[in-house]
Amino acid sequence: MKTTRSLRWFLVTCGLASAACTADSGADTKEGDPANVRVQLCDGQTSLDLESAPKTRSEGQAAADALMASWKTKNPEKGWEEAVRSRHFLAPMHDNSALLAGGQSTGDPGRAFTERDLLVWERETGRLVAEGARIFHSGDELGSTIAVSCDMCHPDAANTHPETYPKYQTQIGKSVLLRDMINWCLQHPVRAEKMAEDDPRMRALEAYIYAQRTGTPLAYGKH
Amino acid sequence: MTIRSVETKYLERREEILRALVNLDRRAFLRVSGAAAAIAATRGIGHAHSFQPVRVDAPGAVEPFRFAYISDSHLYERKLNDRFIRSLLRAVDDVNALDPQPDFVLYGGDLAQLGQPAELDLGAQILKELKAPVKMMVGEHDWYLDLGEKWRSLFGKDVYSFDHKGIHFVVLNSVVEDDFWTVRGLTPMERMKTVAGLDNRSQSNFQVGPPQREWLTKDLEPVSDDTPVIVFSHSPLYHLYQGWNFWTIDAPEVQRILARFRHVTVIHGHTHQLLTNRIKNIHFHGMLSTAWPWPYAPQGLPELTVQMNRPNPFNSQDGCGDGQVLVNAEGLVDKVYNLWNRNVVTVAHEYLESNGVQKRPAAANVATY
Repeated sequence: MKTTRSLRWFLVTCGLASAACTADSGADTKEGDPANVRVQLCDGQTSLDLESAPKTRSEGQAAADALMASWKTKNPEKGWEEAVRSRHFLAPMHDNSALLAGGQSTGDPGRAFTERDLLVWERETGRLVAEGARIFHSGDELGSTIAVSCDMCHPDAANTHPETYPKYQTQIGKSVLLRDMINWCLQHPVRAEKMAEDDPRMRALEAYIYAQRTGTPLAYGKH
Repeated sequence: MTIRSVETKYLERREEILRALVNLDRRAFLRVSGAAAAIAATRGIGHAHSFQPVRVDAPGAVEPFRFAYISDSHLYERKLNDRFIRSLLRAVDDVNALDPQPDFVLYGGDLAQLGQPAELDLGAQILKELKAPVKMMVGEHDWYLDLGEKWRSLFGKDVYSFDHKGIHFVVLNSVVEDDFWTVRGLTPMERMKTVAGLDNRSQSNFQVGPPQREWLTKDLEPVSDDTPVIVFSHSPLYHLYQGWNFWTIDAPEVQRILARFRHVTVIHGHTHQLLTNRIKNIHFHGMLSTAWPWPYAPQGLPELTVQMNRPNPFNSQDGCGDGQVLVNAEGLVDKVYNLWNRNVVTVAHEYLESNGVQKRPAAANVATY
């Protein structure tokens, strides 16, 4: 389902945005040359030579599939999210489907959500959380100098207690947030450089840790 | 199976002589043992009690004794990370300082972190420092790089049994997984890293497996129901939490094989925490890790478990440690958790026998949540 949708998305992009994705009879192709049409993917690099521009939906789909297959071969690491999900349990995200019920929202463009809205939220947030899981489980990504990663003490982010921050941490000498404890762990058990608060890895780590604790009531200051 | 230090070899030779003595007829035995004891006494050797003819007078009875345990050290090579090496050295010092020395030391598995030959060599070298004989058990971190080849070359069989002072001991390899790697075309290192992730769900579950269960049944055949049995397994031989392999799939089948014995104790590693359970006739005790403590699993915790305090992240060895197992005359055990920098916790056999009524260990005041 996921794959089909992303292919469609690429196809739509290719079809509509001719500036980003071109299907032209280039000046450098001669009449009678089998490669008359070059279809380019939105990455601006992957392209496919066709005898003629696709005329039917299935021809277009076939071209898009071929482009995507070629792109995936060149970018094997792009399947990372699926790989993370096959390895690690990620707590299920909140189900927003009640928002599709209609009612007062009908006719209010700002509040008339579609399935596509829900899908975008789920995919974007899910990706951030999965990215956090990936970093959490990788000593290399964390920059550990001693091959230690977060999951070695916190499988499934257990015992991280994001719901208890802010709280006073005697050993640090101030009231801290989750990110402060992450940085403390990076510097001590993990033996890595601490991260800037807006480091994309820090944001992803926080996202994963909070997500794993979904459903737990906030209890700031709890020890 | 066994690392032999100079001391170990000495003890084994002494045991050999004792065995030979037992095979003599009673009169000849008394003559020889009396002479040996006299020689020992005149030379001022402090171990004259070893020459008492216990095996002749009370076949099947247990002579109380104790053994020590060290487990889950997860060693990296020194150049990469020496933290876990220092912790194992601390445990070796602890055990070597015991006076009197334990009869033997159980090593509970996961000596290496990623099954590297250099990690296992290093571990073997450190364990040779132990004065008492060492009984080795394998863990998944030792196994999944080369499926046990290096481990077996260092330590011998991964599945074996032995008798000691009236107890029948069985050592299992409970970390057998169904092949998940061939179909995915994983390299040995990818396979190792997959299994090494406690919360990595893309592996199979641990099991003892049919061949080993068959071996166990045969091994136990000549053992009478009254003989206490102590089983060593790396993973808990019951179902606690599948997501972290705190779980052995065929544990119920293994429990059935052990059902006829009056007293059975299972000592397991893998969980890195104070963990207590009882299922019918079987008492279960976890072992501490020297490397790091695990959190308690989100579900499946046995009712009898009194949790240890939540580890303090600001103390890198908190929640870690080693311990001892005290075996009494009935073959029941008291499990001693030597938690570093904390009070020692003992889970007494009376606690399990009374289903949690007597001798309850002190509760955690900084609980897991």
